[in-house]
Amino acid sequence: MGILYLLSTIGLVQGLKFMGDPARARMGNAVAAFSVLLAMGAGIWSSILPATGTVHLVLLGLLLVAGTVLGRVWSYRVAMTAMPQLVSLFNALGGLSAVLLGLNMVHGKGVDGSSMMSSVVLILGVVFGGVAFTGSIVAYLKLDGRKLPPAGRLHRTVARVLLVVQCVLLLAHLLPPQPLFPFGQLLTTLALIALLYGVFLTLPIGGADMPVLIALLNALTGVATLLAGLLFKDPVMLIGGILVGATGLLLTMQMSKAMNRTLRSVLAGSIKGARGGAAVAEEEVRPISAVETASLLAFGKHIAIVPGYGMAVSQAQQSVYEMQGLLQRLGAGVHYIIHPVAGRMPGHMNVLLAEANVPYASIHPMEEVNDHMERYDVVLVIGANDVVNPAAESDPASSIHGMPIIRAYKAKQVVVLKRGMAKGYSGERNLLFERQNCRVLFGDAKTSLQAVIDELKRI
Amino acid sequence: MFDLHYQLTSIDGLFILALSLLLGFEVIKNVPAVLHTPLMSGSNAISGIILFGGITQLLGAAVGDILTIVLSSAAVLLGTINLAGGFFVTHRMLGMFRKTRHRDPRT
Repeated sequence: MGILYLLSTIGLVQGLKFMGDPARARMGNAVAAFSVLLAMGAGIWSSILPATGTVHLVLLGLLLVAGTVLGRVWSYRVAMTAMPQLVSLFNALGGLSAVLLGLNMVHGKGVDGSSMMSSVVLILGVVFGGVAFTGSIVAYLKLDGRKLPPAGRLHRTVARVLLVVQCVLLLAHLLPPQPLFPFGQLLTTLALIALLYGVFLTLPIGGADMPVLIALLNALTGVATLLAGLLFKDPVMLIGGILVGATGLLLTMQMSKAMNRTLRSVLAGSIKGARGGAAVAEEEVRPISAVETASLLAFGKHIAIVPGYGMAVSQAQQSVYEMQGLLQRLGAGVHYIIHPVAGRMPGHMNVLLAEANVPYASIHPMEEVNDHMERYDVVLVIGANDVVNPAAESDPASSIHGMPIIRAYKAKQVVVLKRGMAKGYSGERNLLFERQNCRVLFGDAKTSLQAVIDELKRI
Repeated sequence: MFDLHYQLTSIDGLFILALSLLLGFEVIKNVPAVLHTPLMSGSNAISGIILFGGITQLLGAAVGDILTIVLSSAAVLLGTINLAGGFFVTHRMLGMFRKTRHRDPRT
């Protein structure tokens, strides 16, 4: 059994490693899945006790099959645009699973709170799982565009109070020689508080901070798995949990860095004192028609497309790809430039473009092209805002100052596809729109693009 | 056949924790942005192995212990959905990436 566990642990590490390499990612996923299967087989085999009846095994088999079928159906039925929601939902299920396991430990024979270390591990596991569960559910609802009650400072305060209460309860349990409450009650209470905490923590976070949040929730489930691994003395769970936790944490840090914000400021939900008011006045912006846009594009030799969340909202990725084809037929080179935090989860834009068949080779990360943006004749910004705002570089008073941006303003001509004059997530006014070389094509991204495409076809 | 014992009190457990944490960071340090989403959903799938705990509980439960059976069954089911769904969805996503790579006539 030990050997099987060892093999599957190595498989997990190796699989995850492959997943970081575009050429071997798919194999990596398969390796990881196979390793888990292997460990599961070994785990089931060694968990069979004399008391285990056929009923148990049949029930287990049914559950495993049902879960696999459900997972398979969901993951293939969901549209690619709904990927962030699905990932959050799966994460929520994992978190809930951790909570149930923990509660079961006390009701069943497992831990009774007599050993301090294992009771702390158990409590933390349940708490992390609980926060990940409700947090992911809230994130799911947000990503799905459901109307949630507006949240602000009050919610953040409640979240802080809940956290303090949790710490106090935990200490009150650990410090006195004689625990104040029965362990089961304490655990249930803490679990409930953790569930509430998850809701209040995530409600005020939204918009461009979503990628950070999702990566963080993922890390939390990883930590819950790690703790469960300690509790069950299961090396595969332990290592798996650590890997997930490390991945989540790393992505969280990368995303925060891409926004030049600390994780704390994301969680605090506050973008440092956005100076309200100052919306761009309509007359300062030079609008452009679809026909003009088409002719600009048709004469360009080097064209860059900067997609943002707006492209995901109007599901314009297919139109973008169609336009790319037309432009290439006219002899232009088309590049896509993607900001690390564009969209609502890490790598969101890459998934959407891949779905629309956009070749991998034409997608460029921001760092690669930012120093020679001048060579682009036209930069088409589709539903992105803050990530192209030059205020991040030029205006030290701006709330997004210091955030790395795509220097679209350096291009010969910029056309921004925008629904209206709404500001970006940060609420900062976008200095790009006031520049001489920038014009704005108003309207839904998909509709506008379709008009441009029709015009291009006529050329 | 050998037996692995993890005891949090022993320094060995902490060694394993610390080393595998470092390993985890090393393994995924330089992942390109294209793969962020698949990496996240793939690691999300791995966190579904928390269902192993549910399996242990379920198989160890006495036949009359309805509460344990119900709770652990739910944990197993949810964990399985997380696990299988996560791997399937990652597979599907990566399939799309591969498709775009092969169908690259220009640029």
